[in-house]
Amino acid sequence: MKKVFVLILLAVVGLYLSNTFNLISFGDNRVGEVVEETTTVSGYYLKETPTKSEVANVVTAIVVNYRGFDTLGEVTVLFLATTGLGSILFRRKEEEEGVERLSKPASSLVSTGSRILFPLVVLLGVYVFIHGHLTPGGGFQGGAIIATGFLLMLISYKNYKVSHSTLGWVESFAGISFVLIGFWGLISSHSFLQNIPQVGELNSLISGGVIPIIYIAVGFKVAAELTGVLDILLNIKPKK
Amino acid sequence: MMALIAFSLMAIVLVAAAIYAVLQKDLLYAVISTGVISVVLSVFFFLMQAPDVALTEAAIGIALTTIIFIITIRNTTRYEDDPKDNTLEKF
Amino acid sequence: MHSFDQVFTQYQDIVTTGVYGSAIGLIIIGLYAVLLKKNLTKIVIGLSIIDAGIHLLFVAIGYIQGGTAPIFSPGHEGEIQKMVDPVPQALVLTAIVIGFAVTAVALSLVIRLYKHHNTSNIDQIKSLKW
Repeated sequence: MKKVFVLILLAVVGLYLSNTFNLISFGDNRVGEVVEETTTVSGYYLKETPTKSEVANVVTAIVVNYRGFDTLGEVTVLFLATTGLGSILFRRKEEEEGVERLSKPASSLVSTGSRILFPLVVLLGVYVFIHGHLTPGGGFQGGAIIATGFLLMLISYKNYKVSHSTLGWVESFAGISFVLIGFWGLISSHSFLQNIPQVGELNSLISGGVIPIIYIAVGFKVAAELTGVLDILLNIKPKK
Repeated sequence: MMALIAFSLMAIVLVAAAIYAVLQKDLLYAVISTGVISVVLSVFFFLMQAPDVALTEAAIGIALTTIIFIITIRNTTRYEDDPKDNTLEKF
Repeated sequence: MHSFDQVFTQYQDIVTTGVYGSAIGLIIIGLYAVLLKKNLTKIVIGLSIIDAGIHLLFVAIGYIQGGTAPIFSPGHEGEIQKMVDPVPQALVLTAIVIGFAVTAVALSLVIRLYKHHNTSNIDQIKSLKW
């Protein structure tokens, strides 16, 4: 009986969703002409970014500057997820006795290769989040790449440890600096997270005001959080 | 012509991987299918001129989501319907 | 990549059906997994598939025919009239990261439930019923 009801529900949902075929035609120009008096929000962002904000990547400018408060909310959600995960799985502060991460050690090819690749992966992640305002990339992508580098080391060696106190300090410091930059914008101009007036020139590394600084802080914070999540999950005490 | 064949093949692989992930009883294969969905999705995002979104989906969806699912399978059962537990001894 | 644009101008119906149809198909398949499956890990896999479908639908709405990526690289600064819509891309960027965080917390709940009840089947976790 439940199966019949669920299938009817799925059919109704599919019927309503397939209305997008008629209402939103694929490829239509919804931005409009980007001239002096544009009528759409996207046209306004596309016009303002190279002239007033001097940032080459429009999506970075939207995520950090024009919708910066939503990024603050997202960073808070990630922090809450890490904290919730740690408290649900009862991670203790000291060393766990008898926790066996690997049942047998990895082969010598994997361990040697991961030791060579680990600094290169971290370097790639740092490059991605430093140049977030010039090329595609940014804080979230760079943080995820760095966390993947730490994961490579964690699953190749039996006794590789990541100290949780260092991760906690890095994460707190990056989060506090994000909020302090916002408050500095509140003090110097009149709104939270407002950009500074002297911004530099387009397509150089130092441009865009506080946008690269915020993204560097976000990159560090996301890398520390994702590494903490992986470390907690890999060291779960087995059931006796 | 070649581009059309490649594009429709990718769309078919996407839906087929999703159906396989839902209907398969061995959970490890289902998780690998979810990784395949992320790969094809990342290529679609690149084809629709969104490089930031493609980078994010590739970095988070392919590596990190798959590894946390595999850690969950390691700590619970491996097969979907078992009358008793079937934890993995040597994973 | 301009060959996608050529394919789109020639075979517009097939490309529209392919992109929208696969996004809607992913949402329907994920919803089926969440509503009808009994294993907890399979339900979380279904949640992840719903997320993927919604993100594809959003980015597909923002595409403009003949458009290019919204980045002002040196030498291409004058192409402002042909850029795709950047606002849905910013929304999807946030949504991908939050989807991963929700999946991680859900999986930690699955692990904890398995340790307590020793089963992974939602029909057998009945200690709240009378």
